[in-house]
Amino acid sequence: MKRDRQQQEILGEAVRNAFLKLDPRIQWKNPVMFIVFLGAILVAVLAVRAFMAGNTQEGWFDLHIDLWLWFTVLFANFAEAVAEGRGKAQAESLRKARKSLQAKKIKADGSFEIVGSEAIRKGDIVLVEAGDTIPNDGEVIEGMASVDESAVTGESAPVIRESGGDKSSVTGGTKVLSDWIKVRVTTNPGETFLDRMIGLVEGAKRQKTPNEIALTLLLVGLTIIFLFAVVTLEPFAIYSGTVISVTALVALLVCLIPTTIGGLLSAIGIAGMDRLLGRNVLAMSGRAVEAAGDVNVLLLDKTGTITLGNRMATEFIPAAGITAGELADAAQLASLADETPEGRSIVVLAKEKYGLRERDLTHLQAEFIPFTAQTRMSGIDIVDARIRKGSMEAMQNYVSELGGAFPAEVRSACENIAHQGGTPLVVAKDKQVLGVIYLKDIVKGGIKERFSELRKMGIKTIMITGDNQLTAAAIAAEAGVDDFLAEATPEAKLKMIRSYQQQGMLVAMTGDGTNDAPALAQADVGVAMNSGTQAAKEAGNMVDLDSNPTKLIEVVEIGKQLLMTRGSLTTFSIANDIAKYFAIIPALFAATYAPLEVLNIMQLHSPQSAILSAVIFNALIIIALIPLAMKGVAYKPLGASKILQRNLLIYGVGGIIVPFIGIKIIDVLLVALGLA
Amino acid sequence: MTKDIMLFVLFLAVLLLCAWPLGKYMARVFNYEKTCGERFFAPLENIFYKMAKVDPRTEMPWKEYCLNLIIFNALGMLSLFVLQLTQAFLPLNPQQLPNVETWHLAFNTAASFMTNTNWQAYSGETTLSYLTQMLGLTVQNFLSAATGAAVAIALIRGLVRKNTGELGNFWADIIRCTTRILLPICVVATLLLVSQGVIQNLNPYVDVQTVEGAQQTIAMGPVASQEAIKELGTNGGGFFNANSSHPFENPTPWSNFLEMFLILVIPTGLLFTFGEMCKDKKQGYAVLASMLLLFVLMLGVCYASEKYGNPIVAAQGISGDTAMEGKEVRFGIGSSSLFATVTTAASCGAVNSMHDSYTGTGGLVPMLQMMLGEVVLGGVGAGFYGMMLYVFITVFIVGLMVGRTPEYLGKKIEAKEVVLTIAGLLIPAATILTMSAVSCLTEAGQAGISNPGPHGLSEILYGFASGVGNNGSAFAGLGANSLWYNVLIGLAMLIGRFAVIVPVLAIAGNMVTKKIAPANAGTFNTGSSLFAVLLAGVVLIVGALTFLPALALGPIVDQLFMLQGKVF
Repeated sequence: MKRDRQQQEILGEAVRNAFLKLDPRIQWKNPVMFIVFLGAILVAVLAVRAFMAGNTQEGWFDLHIDLWLWFTVLFANFAEAVAEGRGKAQAESLRKARKSLQAKKIKADGSFEIVGSEAIRKGDIVLVEAGDTIPNDGEVIEGMASVDESAVTGESAPVIRESGGDKSSVTGGTKVLSDWIKVRVTTNPGETFLDRMIGLVEGAKRQKTPNEIALTLLLVGLTIIFLFAVVTLEPFAIYSGTVISVTALVALLVCLIPTTIGGLLSAIGIAGMDRLLGRNVLAMSGRAVEAAGDVNVLLLDKTGTITLGNRMATEFIPAAGITAGELADAAQLASLADETPEGRSIVVLAKEKYGLRERDLTHLQAEFIPFTAQTRMSGIDIVDARIRKGSMEAMQNYVSELGGAFPAEVRSACENIAHQGGTPLVVAKDKQVLGVIYLKDIVKGGIKERFSELRKMGIKTIMITGDNQLTAAAIAAEAGVDDFLAEATPEAKLKMIRSYQQQGMLVAMTGDGTNDAPALAQADVGVAMNSGTQAAKEAGNMVDLDSNPTKLIEVVEIGKQLLMTRGSLTTFSIANDIAKYFAIIPALFAATYAPLEVLNIMQLHSPQSAILSAVIFNALIIIALIPLAMKGVAYKPLGASKILQRNLLIYGVGGIIVPFIGIKIIDVLLVALGLA
Repeated sequence: MTKDIMLFVLFLAVLLLCAWPLGKYMARVFNYEKTCGERFFAPLENIFYKMAKVDPRTEMPWKEYCLNLIIFNALGMLSLFVLQLTQAFLPLNPQQLPNVETWHLAFNTAASFMTNTNWQAYSGETTLSYLTQMLGLTVQNFLSAATGAAVAIALIRGLVRKNTGELGNFWADIIRCTTRILLPICVVATLLLVSQGVIQNLNPYVDVQTVEGAQQTIAMGPVASQEAIKELGTNGGGFFNANSSHPFENPTPWSNFLEMFLILVIPTGLLFTFGEMCKDKKQGYAVLASMLLLFVLMLGVCYASEKYGNPIVAAQGISGDTAMEGKEVRFGIGSSSLFATVTTAASCGAVNSMHDSYTGTGGLVPMLQMMLGEVVLGGVGAGFYGMMLYVFITVFIVGLMVGRTPEYLGKKIEAKEVVLTIAGLLIPAATILTMSAVSCLTEAGQAGISNPGPHGLSEILYGFASGVGNNGSAFAGLGANSLWYNVLIGLAMLIGRFAVIVPVLAIAGNMVTKKIAPANAGTFNTGSSLFAVLLAGVVLIVGALTFLPALALGPIVDQLFMLQGKVF
């Protein structure tokens, strides 16, 4: 219900804006429609002149044509206004988050003063406490807090922001729910993320993208060619002993120039950005969206994109003389207090496979030994034993220090697991090695199919991981990526991107950490996670508000869809010309050269009805195609040749046939209504 | 009719069979590789390089390449202009012909031969001395063809080289083209033509008494040598006014076949050269297939219309073909319509029949081929680079439909290329329309028309289409040797030539700096049969629709009236 009302509001607003856009200064920006605009003015003058000269019949015809010429202009304006309207509605809700705020600016002596957020400048440090709204974009330099970022992301679950690491960036307009943080402001008022977002969604600062400029130039070129064809027609007609009315010439011109695509072009661009935004991805420029369609190589982080974020325990492999149950029991004990996802998964597996229930740790007088970078293991000390789990190397050292031996079969089990892309976790009770837990990277369901779709589209997928070669190779094979980069460092990533670009390919990647920033900046499409650091967000040309790396694939699809929509509608628009010629040419000359009537293959009623029908069709097709321009043409992950055949059939062949039918129907209606 | 169709099939088969090895050979020539006869050609070429003090190994960026080309052509035009106005004082003029009478005729002829158009507002046998024919026209016949080929090759280099700025050496390109391609073929062709009865002498004209007792002067001259390059270089300027319908230029069906073959062999071969040079033969095949598709379509329409003939003549009880007006009996409908289609497909402009006398639709085919920009195989080089402009448009519009920024041979087509492509297509089209329109309305323009009504409009349209398309054939009815038409068509020829060459070289210069993205499943395949069909479709829609209104008032209505029994 609410959606419907909002939809209606957008449409109402768009109708109003369609008229406001009749300003010649705005019209001028769209050269194809500007020609129609000028034609409409010219025909209006002619209509008035005809009426004043008492030539009512001619006057009515001019008026009819003129009315539809204005509709043509208005429909194109309306298309653009609808596209912009959607963005505006989104901007409105964003703007609410940006209202003037109070900020606690920290002075040199450490105390704070309350100032208006507009007084905060880059470099200032502010204190934000529970209940406060963060006044400006910045970096957390001290403290930790849970932050409600729903104003920006739409996601209501709070996120943790803390100093240091990859979770230090905060966005102006978001709200601290608990605790406090000190933030060093990184932008001046008016330049914040939120401000940019508003600007982008409103389309106010929308600049034409390279491909859009090229297409516009092509359309202008075609318009000029047709202008010559139509203007020179008058001398030919005079030579042939007839005079064509200027109204008819204007009508012919408007029908021939590519008004359909000309009228919808900017709407298609805005709608493309909107579709991205609908998926919670914010493109910093339209250029990036276009580039996404061209991408040949996707660099995908293994964790979170290809595999579920965490490794899961899938099997207990006991050492000789130990039962699986004993191993599971020890492993569960060692993991009870371990809150990492891996730890939880061990407890879950023990319960599922061996029915081991959780135990009360306090009752066991247990002491939890957390994982540290030095020991590289964790575990638990209970009354009669010390249980540890850790990597093979760490455990080997641990056991040998205690004077125990590391069984060969456990070692080979570990190697086996590593070969299969898993992570072995060795469990020991005191100096006795009990066995291995098989921690497995779980490849996301359906991801393999997704990659094979991408391959069909000619896109290469490369998995980026910090794992060693062996593990990486196994997961890469399981997930079906084309290639992988193991033990990846930021430098290696950057080098890889450059080498692909050297080969003429376009590269897309996602990243969140500060060390990703150079690679994000180098990539043609760099999608930064909103949860990431400010540096990463600055470096990328898109930000994913949901921080979901898999979305890169959708971004590519949207980019392709945008280009496809442009191409399809251009083809449709040009193909339409054939039918329009067959409507108008015989109408113009049938009086002088009767034999030309054979070209009137649609059997249109009269010269007037023929011209009027063609002009009406030309106007209505713009309205009819607005939904398509907004939605984009249907996208299917097929190879280029299949996509081409499909689109050619629909928009090329369809573009030739549809106007013949449409113009005929309009002609019949006009006659039935007595309008022609 | 069966015979005619067999002729068409045989012609295309022979053409393709010979163009294929020629194309490969040309690729070697233009890749600056050693070719057979190296020991003969290399020293010969070095003489020219030394004389001109150029280093053939210096690579040129597009602006330098273009500038050299323009200066070279301007000098050629100037020398031809001067030669015409001074021929009376120079040797090799046994008929003692005076200097060309008007400056504007000399300008028109100079522009015409320099631009590979060979529009002739004069009669060769009564206007030009042997010296002018040989040193002026024949030399330009070679050089204009070499120029066209050089531009085509520069464009190919622009497409296949990457990350550089250089397009080759203009001087090396025209000299190698002349010595290693044009001259050897011409020597063979001249001998073959002589064997068929084409004359080759420097004698004064012969006065004879005809059977009826009348006196007739029969023109003589070094015809065969000029005839060969006239066809091979797609020039088309006849030694005699009657061009290839004159028995001394084209005496037998065999010479006719040979001439048609010569016209198309280099333009067709260049597509194979293209395939070789971009190391992807399919790219060449696809564009060639597209051209052949259009060619067969055009030939079919022309032949069908001529074969169907003129019902007014049929009504008078005449047996046999009814559209024989203006055609030689020794060629008939088949060879004549094939020649007309070939010569206008290829911007050659040699004629073996009078296009003015064709049926409306039959005459529309030659005119339309010229209006499309001579891209149905086209002139030497010019056909290739003209078609490439349509390729870019096709790739741009259709390429978007696969969801990528349009690219051709791995190179992106961006705003700059689009503007230059549009310029190369728009300026010629606009010139044809504007000049025709102005001629329709002015007294000077209307004065040239010999048939009123739609046919007169066809004559004017044909004249400017021929000039801009650098074709040079005429709808004979137009009296073109006037100040008005000499200057206007002279300008049309220059615009039609250089308003395409400059943008094409600029595109080449721009493309050559770009990276080449490797092709994959997501790229639009430009080597497919689908692309060939699409390209032909775009040529017809973008090219032909521009002229449809004008054509409707000229040849189309002409044909319709004829079917109703009315002629002009």
